Order: sequence, then C-alpha cells, then structure tokens
Amino acid sequence: MPDPVLNPQLNADGELHHLLSLDGLPRGIIERILSTADSFISVGSREVKSVPLLRGRSVFNLFFENSTRTRTTFEIAAKRLSADVFNLNIAASSAAKGESLLDTINNLTAMQADLFVVRHSQGGAPHLIASHVAPHVHVINAGDGRHAHPTQGLLDIYTIRHYKRDFGALSVAVVGDILHSRVARSDLHALRALGVPDVRAVGPLTLLPDGLETLGVRVFTSLQDGIRDADVVIMLRLQSERMDGALLPSASEYFRKYGLTPEALRAAKPDCIVMHPGPMNRGVEIDSRVADGAHSVILPQVTFGIAVRMAVLSIAASSARFR
Amino acid sequence: MRIEIESARLIDPSANLDRVGNLYLADGRIAGVGEAPAGFVAERRIDGRGLVAAPGLIDLCARMREPGTDGALRVEMRAALAGGVTGVVCPPDTDPPLDEPGLVRMLRQRSREAAGARLYPLGALTANLKGEALAQMCTLAEVGCVAFAQTGALPNHRATLLSALRYARTFDLPVWLRPVDASLAAGGVAGEGAIAGRLGLPSVPAVAETVALHTIFELQRATGQRPVRIHLCRVSTAAGVDLVRAARRQGLPVTADVAILNVHGVDADIGQFDSNWRLDPPLRSERDRAAIRAALVDGTIDAICSDHAPIALEDKLLPFGEAGVGASGLETLLPLLLGWAQSEKVPLLRALATLTRGPAGVLAEDTGTLLVGRKADVVLFDPLETWAVNAETLLSSGKNSPYLGRELTGRVRTTIVGGEIRFDRVPGAGVPA
Repeated sequence: MPDPVLNPQLNADGELHHLLSLDGLPRGIIERILSTADSFISVGSREVKSVPLLRGRSVFNLFFENSTRTRTTFEIAAKRLSADVFNLNIAASSAAKGESLLDTINNLTAMQADLFVVRHSQGGAPHLIASHVAPHVHVINAGDGRHAHPTQGLLDIYTIRHYKRDFGALSVAVVGDILHSRVARSDLHALRALGVPDVRAVGPLTLLPDGLETLGVRVFTSLQDGIRDADVVIMLRLQSERMDGALLPSASEYFRKYGLTPEALRAAKPDCIVMHPGPMNRGVEIDSRVADGAHSVILPQVTFGIAVRMAVLSIAASSARFR
Repeated sequence: MRIEIESARLIDPSANLDRVGNLYLADGRIAGVGEAPAGFVAERRIDGRGLVAAPGLIDLCARMREPGTDGALRVEMRAALAGGVTGVVCPPDTDPPLDEPGLVRMLRQRSREAAGARLYPLGALTANLKGEALAQMCTLAEVGCVAFAQTGALPNHRATLLSALRYARTFDLPVWLRPVDASLAAGGVAGEGAIAGRLGLPSVPAVAETVALHTIFELQRATGQRPVRIHLCRVSTAAGVDLVRAARRQGLPVTADVAILNVHGVDADIGQFDSNWRLDPPLRSERDRAAIRAALVDGTIDAICSDHAPIALEDKLLPFGEAGVGASGLETLLPLLLGWAQSEKVPLLRALATLTRGPAGVLAEDTGTLLVGRKADVVLFDPLETWAVNAETLLSSGKNSPYLGRELTGRVRTTIVGGEIRFDRVPGAGVPA
C-alpha cells in the first residue's frame, strides 16, 4: 500500500487521487495519463467537442495567482469532459477579505465541489488543501510557487513522445531560469521517471538551484555545450522581474548568452525539437526565428495540453471515492 | 520542606556523578547526595526506583508570549515544569519587545505568581529590537535582565551593532546574538540544499551564518583587549560550528547553543511541506547535523535549547512558506535529548550536561548541579516511559510540535524548584513521610 505521507496523491489502491507533483509518481500512472490523452486528441477536432465522462461533476478552478492561459486550458479540458466549471479568482475575493485558505476550501466543498484545480504562489499549497478536503474531492495542482506544475510536465513529455517516441535514447536540455521554475522541476522529474538517459539543465549559476545532480541532471552554464547534440530543447520563460536585478544584469545580455537563436540551435541535433511552456518573451529567451521556425513545437504543446489535462481530470475523478 | 528521593539514578554532570542513591533536599537547597545530612528527617519521601534524578533543566530559549498574550506565561510555565525545565531564558522578541524596565518588572512579577520555572529575561540589545538605537541596558540589568539580545538577524547597521557591543562591554554585560546575515537569509524558508531545491522553497544558505559569525567575531575583537562576552544563539551549520571552534581556540569569550530540532531533524523531514517543520534556523543537511552532534560532545557547543515557540493552529495551517515560524518544544526537549543520547551512544552524563551544567555556565548561574548547598532545582524522570505527543498531552498552548501523533520515550515525573515540588505527574506519588 502506498505511504500516504510520502505519496499523498495516490489512494489505497495506488490509483491517482490527486495530482500534486510528478516527483515520485509511478511510471505506470504517467504512462496511463499519456495513453489516455491519446484517446482525447481527436475530441478537439470533432464537430461535437465533448465526451460525457464528467457529466454532473463540478470542477472549481481556484487561482490564487493570476494565469489566463493555464486556467483557460483547464476550463476547456473540463468542459470537453462535460463537467460544470466554475472559475474563482481568489486573489480578488476571499483572500482579500482575510478568509483563510482552508476556510475558502471548506466553503467551496460545501457547494458540492468534486475537483479543485489549484494555482498558488506558495509551494505546497495544493498539498495542504489535499490533506484537508473531504475524501471524495480531488485536487489538481495547476502550479504552486517554484515547486511543481505537473500538468505542464506531462504535456511536455507527451509532446516529446509524439515527436521522438523512444525515451530511452534521448538527450533533453532544459534552458533558463531553473531556480524559479516549477515547470523545470516537473519536467526533470517526468524525464527521469520515463528513463531519459541524458537530462541537462542549462543556465547561469544565479538561476540554478541546489541539488540538480541528485535528480540525475547534468548541469551546464554554457548554452552551446548544454544543447550540443540534444534531441529536445526546452526553453523556460524568464520572468520580467528577474531580467534586471541581482540575478541578471539585463534582458539583452541574457539573450546574448542564453537566448535560443537559429545560430545557437545549430549545436543541437538537426532534427531537434524546441519547446516552451509559454508565454514567450521573444528576444529574451528565444529568437522569433526559432519560435516560429521548423524546429518549434510550441503551438502543438498547447493543443496537447488540453488532451493531457482531460486525461488527468478524468483519471483522478474516476479513482475510488474513499481512500 | 525536607524531601528525600530514594534509590534514584543520580546524574550530575557538574560532579561527574552517575550512580544509584538517595538525594536529600532541605530549606530550598541540596542537603545531601548519597548520604543523609546529620539529623535529616524527611517530610516527604519520593520513591525514585527506576527513575533518574538530575539537576533541573535550563532552557536558553523559550518564548512565553508575555508581554503579548495575557495569561500566557502561567500556561507556558506549566509546560516548562512538565518538561523538567526549572530555568527558562525568555528572549526579548515579545510584543512589545523587552526594552523597557516596566515590562521586565511586570514579567518577573507574573513569573513569581505563576510559581513555575526560574525566569531569566533577556533585555533587548537595541530599542524595539530595531537595530538602530541602543536599549537602556544598565537600567534593564538592574531590574533583572541577565543579558542583552538581538533576536532576529544581525542589524544591517554594523556601526550600531559595534556600538552596542562596546556599550555592553563597558558594564560587563553579556550579549546574545543570532549569527544570521539579514540580506543573505532574506526570503529563505528552508535550509539550502537538494531538498529545498527539489521543493522549490527559497533557502537560507550556510553563508548567511558564516558571514554573520565572521562579522560578530571581528566586531567582538574591536571591543577591546578583554572583549565583550558573546553568546551565539542557535548555530545550525557545519561551517558555523567550525568557526565557533576556531574562535574559542583563539580565546574569544564565546559560548554557543543549538536548537534541539537541529540536533534531531534534517531538511528531508520537511517531507511534503509539513509546516510544523517550518523553523528558524531551518533544518539542514545530515552533514550539518553530524557536525552539531560532534560539537555537543566535544564542548564546542555549550547547550541545547528548546527554542520553544507556541503558535496557534490557524497560523500553522498555511502553505509552508507562509506558516508561523517555530515549534512548541518545552515538553519534548528531554525525550528528544534522550533519543539523541541513545541513538548516538552518548553517555547520559554527557548528554544531560547540555541542559544543565552547560547552560548554567552560559548564564554564570550556580544552578544546573546537585552539589550540596546549591539551589534544589531537580528533575525526576522515567527514561523508559513512552508517551504519545498530542494536543491533549501537551500542556503548552502551542500544539505545533513536529512530533504530534508520534510517541517519544522519556517522561518527567516530578519537577522541583528551590526545594518546592512544583510539578508532579502522578499527584501524591511522593508520599508524606
């Protein structure tokens, strides 16, 4: 039986009950999510773009931190599963009135919520919520602090699998602000779980966290060395508040050293793919010629993201009601 | 009252004593160890078989939340006694801070009324603890402050800090500092390392401690040929321990303590963001913990403190980074100490020194000993009794223990302060003779 402390996202039968992090998530569950997503890919291109899997279930999008893009893709995913979707911009309502996080959750549970999709500026907030909700309620982490963004990690490996298939022979480079990136952490866990033999983190020392080597990651401070012969290059968004301060001198200098240009990309394999979680800063971490070029799979990532989130919502919602 | 504790295992690090025997208390003092003083007639006898009798524990940092919360001191003093603590040092980070003589007088008055452990208040080193202007140290010392502390990180204004150290040196007042560089520690909620990296928690690097220690030692040297006495509160890193060892070797008048949770825990204990492990200093690596444990055995670190911080449940039911900082610790101090002694095979005599002789030395107090003639501050505990830590068993208002729901071994039976039985877990166990 899985340890609920070590793996609070699984129920007693080892099924996905909450999705909080890809750290420690069994490979079998990740593969099931990916194959379930396959079956949802076609739904978006049909005339009737929905399936009735979550009919009558209520999905609450709880965004304690603003994000139009992720919230919208979760909303589309839930609606395509025929769920009733409620969007709450918490920053503008209860939090401002001083209501505690758990009081907010209790109130919404009383409104018959079945799933919470949670985005929060603090790492661990979805864990706290998951440990206090009623047993039949599921929590999906849509990004917590610097900690995790598991559905982004899943859609990234879904994308890689779509273009590259065999994880066992890949070199994948994650480039940029790893320190502050929940996307990077989730990507690194997912890549390791799926057995990618060569995972690299690339960035200046000011943007690299401690302990990357314990995740089986090779660290590079030079973009050229870091993406050499890579099959996949994942560029991370550089937050505007990091561009000119104590960690980096300027966006333009960052672009000169770490921006992905067509010239820089020549170091990677000729058939490499370039990914980005969006929204992109063109001319900061990525050159428009790369973002819009032949190697870019950035827009397909968005499409796959909906199918992957449908898979996560439907799998979590179908796990046994009582743990 | 004349008390006879019969057939207990008497452990007194100050006398290198560890043997079974009787302990005699009379007129608030230790009257005899092993042998009864002439003509001693006990009014009360306590059966000490299977129990350890040791000097009452001295805790160099426990927050009583007064001033701030009326009535808190009485509750926390009960928790202290239940933990076998007979002397508590209260840091000045109260609300308002202890920087006015009136506040200190009030606190001492309430402490007398509470009839708990002995109270050792620390005065604020700087007004309102802001690090900008000196507090009235001499006046505060006159009303009972035993030393002067800056409770948070070192003041950014180093000139004020140097001035405070020189002023304290003028009147031979000890200064207690936390070796934390404010800007290097800013925003950190976990110890630096792979765990913080993995959880994405902003971290406090070890250099925040080592840079602060270098600063403290340099400023201390600048106070003169016979430098100000400094006590370092809650050293947490292996590199910091090395610097303290080197400073002591050079003869600087430095003492140091560590928090019991840094003796026990490591950053991996945070698990899935358990906010009861949100501490300051943060939990650090196995290597840091090993260095702290070694420094306790070799004497580089003088004392262990509980770093007791009672926090309301609602302030802990928050995401890790937003949760209240600290743990309720008075009542788990002794069992955790015993746990460390057992797991590392440290003789009980040596381990208990860190809660008796060690902290008494830091305070320059004549307690923390069973020597005949000294104050009869004694704890009697069962080293083998296992108990469940939960909201009911903890007497402190703070139920924020990281050991909540777990079982610990070692439990206080009786706590005696100044020859008076102030806590008895089994009332009437000590039968009138």
